Amino acid sequence: MIYRFTCIVCPLGCSIEVEMENGEVLGVTGHTCPRGMEWAIEEVTNPRRVVMSVVPVEGGALPTVSVKTAEPVPKEKIPELMKFLAKLKLKAPVNVGQVVAEWEGIKIVATRGA
Amino acid sequence: MEPMPQISMLSYDVVVIGGGPAGMAAAVKAKELGLNVLLLDENDYLGGILPQCIHPGFGLHYFKEELTGPEFASRLAKRLVELGVEYRTAARVLEIKNYSDLEKVVIFTSPAGVYQVWTKAIIYAAGARERHAFEIGIVGDRVAGIYTAGEAQTLMDIYGILPGKEVVIVGSGDVGLIMARRFALEGAKVKAVIELMPYPGGLARNVMILRDFNIPLYLSHKVVEVRGRGRVQRVKVVRVDENLNETGEEFWIEADTLVISAGLIPSVKKLKKIGVEIDPATGGPVVNDRLETSVPGIFVAGNSLLINDLVDYVAEQGELAAESAKEFIEKGGIESRKWVKVRKGQNVRLIAPHYLSGDRDVYLYLRVARPMENVELRIPEIGKKLRLPVVKPAEMIRLKLRAEEIQKASEKLTVEVVRA
Ligand SMILES: Cc1cc2nc3c(=O)[nH]c(=O)nc-3n(C[C@H](O)[C@H](O)[C@H](O)COP(=O)(O)OP(=O)(O)OC[C@H]3O[C@@H](n4cnc5c(N)ncnc54)[C@H](O)[C@@H]3O)c2cc1C
Ligand code: SF4
Repeated sequence: MIYRFTCIVCPLGCSIEVEMENGEVLGVTGHTCPRGMEWAIEEVTNPRRVVMSVVPVEGGALPTVSVKTAEPVPKEKIPELMKFLAKLKLKAPVNVGQVVAEWEGIKIVATRGA
Repeated sequence: MEPMPQISMLSYDVVVIGGGPAGMAAAVKAKELGLNVLLLDENDYLGGILPQCIHPGFGLHYFKEELTGPEFASRLAKRLVELGVEYRTAARVLEIKNYSDLEKVVIFTSPAGVYQVWTKAIIYAAGARERHAFEIGIVGDRVAGIYTAGEAQTLMDIYGILPGKEVVIVGSGDVGLIMARRFALEGAKVKAVIELMPYPGGLARNVMILRDFNIPLYLSHKVVEVRGRGRVQRVKVVRVDENLNETGEEFWIEADTLVISAGLIPSVKKLKKIGVEIDPATGGPVVNDRLETSVPGIFVAGNSLLINDLVDYVAEQGELAAESAKEFIEKGGIESRKWVKVRKGQNVRLIAPHYLSGDRDVYLYLRVARPMENVELRIPEIGKKLRLPVVKPAEMIRLKLRAEEIQKASEKLTVEVVRA
């Protein structure tokens, strides 16, 4: 199986191909630098994303605060995390940078205060 | 008879119109430079569009750290408060009057009444407005469920309301792609992203969103019609040819929501009214290297100047506008022995500033018309050449020119992007 990506590590945007078999990386082509290769391998074997959303807040100037995960979350776990976030309810005051919840060891941080 | 609203008089060195990143950076800088400054914004909160841009991708240059939009805004707001900058929210500017170079008036309304502010200089940082469905030729029933990307974003990320469950997005620029992710994350089905051009409009890292959520992208297609009873029910999509003309090939997509992300246009109505010259290519004012418009003492920054994709450059423009306002007030005007005109050459769609003095280093902001690889950015008049591996209309190019380089030109500079 060959996976094709546009590298997003720098603006050059190389087209990288990663060849995989049975969960093993056979080869990487198309990258111009090692950073791109590392990224592409990670992207195939363990893709992760920082997740952001909003959470309702009581007693703030706006009805929600925005939040993000303090670290990237494995892609396949994102729907589960979103379900967890959908149940959260906060009370003002909330400060930017405050840890408002924790999910499977991952901190949920407020990015907008209330 | 209704009593006349009381008009209160205020007086400042500089009034900043718009409290987004451009306006906040300008107000902070103006205060640091010792000016008596007032910042006005019509929203109930500062930050412009940043508080609703909850994704990361802000501030890598300006704060040397990757932040979300609200975090970027709160850093600037903190600085503003620490310095004691005077600002008013829920303050909508209705009119600008230009009596003479150092006598201008800004009229604004706020819950407390109508105010008339005398000021020596104005920094205009009112951002941009979004194109609506009718402006991109979509016809059909008048139904609920049609939003601009910004409207949908405000509903979701400020008010926590999901605008719809089955969504078609028009435009594959960064804004359209980021909205596709937000809808998908919140459990809506994004049925398609429709792009007129034969290539996606956004940055590669945002195009990846489509793969992450299995969202189909239709390149060289456009939405032409919306049908529904009361609410959007289906939208008609047509394929276009190389000249962007509609072909006969068409199909319908069932959806309850149509999100239009078809670009931003600088908000310059109030400037036009007082005779500020507008560049049809940027949609913003024609400016010199101090970001001064054709009306002396009126400066412009951020998305009102030209549409920026990086907030870092927006803040940089705000700071420059503040420095320029200080120079304007101290010297009674911005003077130069000559003004070198900046011209658009091959594959340059838009560029600003438009006139350079050669008295200072400048950043030129430009966009190409078409994507190209392996190019050289050239300014023949001064022998400047710069190799670039890739250029795309979606990515603004920022080019630094040193004062000595500009001085080599006599009347004009031509910026062109050609095959290397
Ligand atoms: C969806 C989206 C995603 C983006 N993502 C990124 C990103 O990842 N990274 C990045 O660096 N940049 C990003 N940007 C770009 C960046 O957010 C903008 O370039 C920047 O916010 C523009 O700032 P501004 O101050 O010029 O305008 P704005 O933020 O629009 O602020 C203008 C302000 O002026 C006020 N105003 C207007 N008219 C009046 C009036 N008459 N009276 C009083 N006040 C008025 C408005 O209320 C508003 O608050 C994104 C933009 C969008 C839309
Ligand atoms: S492979 Fe290296 S050079 Fe190419 S885009 Fe990725 S980081 Fe940039």
